Amino acid sequence: MRRKHWMVLLVLGLFILACKKDNPIKEEIEKFLGFVKPSNFPEPVYNLANNPVTKEGFELGRSLFYEPRLSRNNTISCGSCHIQSAAFTQHGHDVSHGIDDRLGTRNSPPIMNLAWNKAFMWGGGVFDLDLQPIVPITTHEEMDESLENVLAKLRLLPKYTSLFKNAFGTEEINTARFMKALSQFMIMCISSSSKYDQVMRKENGAVFTADEQEGYVLFKDKCASCHSEPLFTDGSFRNNGLGISPINDQGLYTATLQETDKYKFKVPSLRNLQFTAPYMHDGRFLTLAGVLEHYNAEVQHTPNLDPVLNVSGKLGIGLTEAQKTKLTAFLATLNDPAFINNALLAEQ
Amino acid sequence: MKKLSTNICLWAIMSLMAVLFSSCAKNEDDAPEFSEANLAPFSVEFDNIVGDRTLTLNNTGSLYKNAANEQFSISTLQYFISNIKVVTTTGRTYTVNQDSSYFLINGADKATRFAKVKVPEGDYTQVIFTLGVDSLRSTMGVDKRTGVLDPAYGGGHDMGGMYWGWNSGYIFFKYEGNSAVISDDANGDPTGKKQFKYHIGGFGGYSAPTINNIKTVTIDLGSGGIAKVRKDRQSNVHLLVDVMKVFNGTKSFSIAAHPTVMFSTYSTDVAVNLAEMFKHDHTEN
Repeated sequence: MRRKHWMVLLVLGLFILACKKDNPIKEEIEKFLGFVKPSNFPEPVYNLANNPVTKEGFELGRSLFYEPRLSRNNTISCGSCHIQSAAFTQHGHDVSHGIDDRLGTRNSPPIMNLAWNKAFMWGGGVFDLDLQPIVPITTHEEMDESLENVLAKLRLLPKYTSLFKNAFGTEEINTARFMKALSQFMIMCISSSSKYDQVMRKENGAVFTADEQEGYVLFKDKCASCHSEPLFTDGSFRNNGLGISPINDQGLYTATLQETDKYKFKVPSLRNLQFTAPYMHDGRFLTLAGVLEHYNAEVQHTPNLDPVLNVSGKLGIGLTEAQKTKLTAFLATLNDPAFINNALLAEQ
Repeated sequence: MKKLSTNICLWAIMSLMAVLFSSCAKNEDDAPEFSEANLAPFSVEFDNIVGDRTLTLNNTGSLYKNAANEQFSISTLQYFISNIKVVTTTGRTYTVNQDSSYFLINGADKATRFAKVKVPEGDYTQVIFTLGVDSLRSTMGVDKRTGVLDPAYGGGHDMGGMYWGWNSGYIFFKYEGNSAVISDDANGDPTGKKQFKYHIGGFGGYSAPTINNIKTVTIDLGSGGIAKVRKDRQSNVHLLVDVMKVFNGTKSFSIAAHPTVMFSTYSTDVAVNLAEMFKHDHTEN
């Protein structure tokens, strides 16, 4: 496995090099590897058999991801609110900033390791990645466009008829092909090259520092029940005790109307926190220190508060300043610069 | 006395003969042997009406009036009919292939009022269908969502579209219009357009249970005329779909009290009324 991973990195590296330098000799060894599961990751949830990633499908998906025609006035692309340098979030925005300078109500989540996601959106409601893009495309504050019109616009462009033909054999542009191409791009946005991953895979002789190691032990004790390894989320929806927002966003309840789902939001991954501030579903915390202090002392007893944050009547997770420092050191090992710099995922 | 009984006897014989003759004459009309391979055209017609009147969209010049004495006009009426099943006089059931069993009935387009399917030749006394989109289809992959189920169909949610993106699934029944009784505040229509909107959906949830507004409707053809499905003709079960029942059904309500019902627990009350809209009028064989 270890050798295989090296090979993957090597080939990817060469591919990137080939792209950058436009070196014709390198093109011979350019090989698109498709979806490769990192050896320390579980089996993906996404049904790859129904939509195998091909070079052409991925490239079409990438074009679509960065295509502003997906929005009503051709100004906003997926990449507008999911910026690679911010691990495909909209860094610096508490809630996403969409079409006509409209603001949404939720913080733009990362496009990262989505093949392992069981449910989408902070408040759930979408269970299939192939159906997720409909939400931002049609949402008033995001792209405010109809899917029908997006497809109509794409059909007029020779660039797309030929990209669809490359990917799917004919020039037909339909919902399923459009969605599947976008999924192919999105599931290829894999972040698995952080220091943590290298330590776990025993690559490059990577080892945790003393602080990181102590932080890792603390993490496993205090955080891992929800932010489980190696994806650093268990994919569940929980109420982590945030004070109820002025707009009274009820999270998962909106999609299920179950009282027991009120104020539950999807547990986010802790990967790439360095690039994805601000935090929480409404981006209320600007810094990681703010998040840790929330868990230390600001957890509120709102309906359906997760039991792990209310152990024998004590709200939150007690964290000393020293523990916070160590946890922060560990969390920093989850940053993955190779992911945010992966030229394959960038707008071409 | 004797003469009378002879007469009765004669009458009996004559009527028996008449019955025999007539059944002889109609012999060709006997139900053919039921075979799932022997398919013939069959249709269910969804003829939309409003109480005692026909459906006319944008009827601002001649308003409808519900049981709560509220006058209203209708601008949009669309609903899904799916999973058509028929039952023969002898109790055999045939379910139409699911891939060919989704229909979007659009009040603005008369051509959409027929759900045309193929069923085995036979005599049918019951038609069973779903109002809405079943839960299985509602959770299928994007490849299985074609035709009227295509999320791109109808131009999106604010136009004619029936797909709910944010809570993956379909609106089963979309009914919009205007009424002067609607207030301009947050309990009515804050845009001041005095518009009512009923978008009823909810298939029961993907992994956790949510509201389920899927309704199975069983239509008995016994009194209105059974469907004699044969290859050489088009048997058509003509239903009257009374959208006045949305307001006046078992769970009757006033527009002023509930001008907007979408994905909410109250929608389950409205859905009860929806199941009461369908009435068999006659069958054209």
